[in-house]
Amino acid sequence: MEYHDIIIIGGGPAGLAAACAAREAGASDILIIERDERLGGILNQCIHNGFGLHTFKEELTGPEYAWRYVEKVLEAKIPYKLNTIVVNISPEREILYVNREEGAVTVKAGAVILAMGCRERPRGALGIPGYRPAGIFTAGTAQRLMNIEGYMVGREVVILGSGDIGLIMARRMTLEGAKVKVVAELMPYSGGLKRNIVQCLDDYGIPLKLSHTVTMIHGKERVTGITISEVDENRRPIPGTEEYYGCDTLLLSCGLLPENELSKSAGVALDRVTGGPVVNDRLETSVEGVFACGNVLHVHDLVDYVSEEAARAGENAAEFLKGEKSGASYTPIGVAGGVRYTVPQKIDVAHMADKVTLRFRVGEVFRGKCVALYYDGRLVKKQKKRVMAPGEMEELVITKESFKDAGNVEKITVAVEDQ
Amino acid sequence: MEIRELTCIQCPLGCPLTVTVDGDRVTVEGNTCPRGAAYGEKEVTHPTRTVTSTVVVEGGESARASVKTAQDIPKEKIFDVMSEIRKTKIKAPVTIGDVIIKNAAGTGVDIIATKSVDIGG
Repeated sequence: MEYHDIIIIGGGPAGLAAACAAREAGASDILIIERDERLGGILNQCIHNGFGLHTFKEELTGPEYAWRYVEKVLEAKIPYKLNTIVVNISPEREILYVNREEGAVTVKAGAVILAMGCRERPRGALGIPGYRPAGIFTAGTAQRLMNIEGYMVGREVVILGSGDIGLIMARRMTLEGAKVKVVAELMPYSGGLKRNIVQCLDDYGIPLKLSHTVTMIHGKERVTGITISEVDENRRPIPGTEEYYGCDTLLLSCGLLPENELSKSAGVALDRVTGGPVVNDRLETSVEGVFACGNVLHVHDLVDYVSEEAARAGENAAEFLKGEKSGASYTPIGVAGGVRYTVPQKIDVAHMADKVTLRFRVGEVFRGKCVALYYDGRLVKKQKKRVMAPGEMEELVITKESFKDAGNVEKITVAVEDQ
Repeated sequence: MEIRELTCIQCPLGCPLTVTVDGDRVTVEGNTCPRGAAYGEKEVTHPTRTVTSTVVVEGGESARASVKTAQDIPKEKIFDVMSEIRKTKIKAPVTIGDVIIKNAAGTGVDIIATKSVDIGG
């Protein structure tokens, strides 16, 4: 069986950054497996700008950001396979992939980096009443059809969900001459970045209706219209608030789900909140030698953070091959007071790096609160936050130093508290 | 006198700004930092945006090449620039950074490719 030191599943921003960092950390035998016909992943269809402010200190479009990493991978001569889909990963790190030239092939990896990204929540998972006409797309599918393949998906559009891709597509379709009539959002706040609401909706006078959802899709062959209704605090439609919008297209931007079918086949334990693997401070999953990064681990709002996280996964995979193993003793990280989750979910305090960045999300909008870090019951650090929102990922740095006089810490807790 | 309600996008705080234009005088209220004041003033005096889109590519491995304005353009020129972009067809190969349209819609700003497209089927 063919063997590679590191096999990376996915050639998007996470996989590319992981590959570059692993190479820089000394790994010579790396293979990237990508199912699409080019490297770069979903960035290739994200033609808008705003990428790379943190990483490159300039605003790039998605394809430009991807190209910076693709170039590095090419320069480092890191091998990759395109049009190749992985169909199974075993707990022993044997990877079964399929492509047209080779058929089905099993390869063995010294370490695996999961970088498969995420999928959009489809209509079937939303439970919207109505027929199943043509004209209903997830926002990302519409984005691919328009930006890569060059098809205009509709002329009169309603968008359900105010996630970033939906907002970006509202502007994109408007620029191409479509009329975007309304964006309906089930929650009382938007899941998208503020700058996207301003530059994609406000700039073009597109209304955003919070606490609204689609309650009927009209049309049998093609969408002819959409009914939206206001919802109460339990997210139930309020009778009598129905509004009809004539349209030929409904775009869905209702959340992203980490794509972990392969992780499951490898026996990787998943976090019920993130939908991604449970990882330690080395971004290693519950299966030894299997690491995870990017949107397969948890959904990010900025690709810059994906690249940074993936680089750490790449370095750690390279260290793992040199015999650096995590210890058996982990301190779990719990959450309280509005923090939904953290990544990593546990830390090997005895072997941790000098600094570990915890990334987390909150469950509602908080103003004038604090993020507090506790070791067992003891307050270690408190950071003021003027505003926190579910749509914007937060971070907190934990230092090795802070454990110095802490004794044996049984539990770390991250909480939102009053100032 | 004109009063505009804006949302600041300089940071996640998203301060609601009230910008008053009185002749040459612009006053910004509701901001909590100087960046907010600068943003509010620019938005009512000369707002600018980067425009991104795609152009048709003939004979390429991909049907479209993504493009952008090399710098920000005045916001009111967005649709003029878009109509030039939509009329444009180019031939493969395209290299990232190539100038696709010079001086788009008289803005003095070029449209450049943000993606390379090789010759292909």
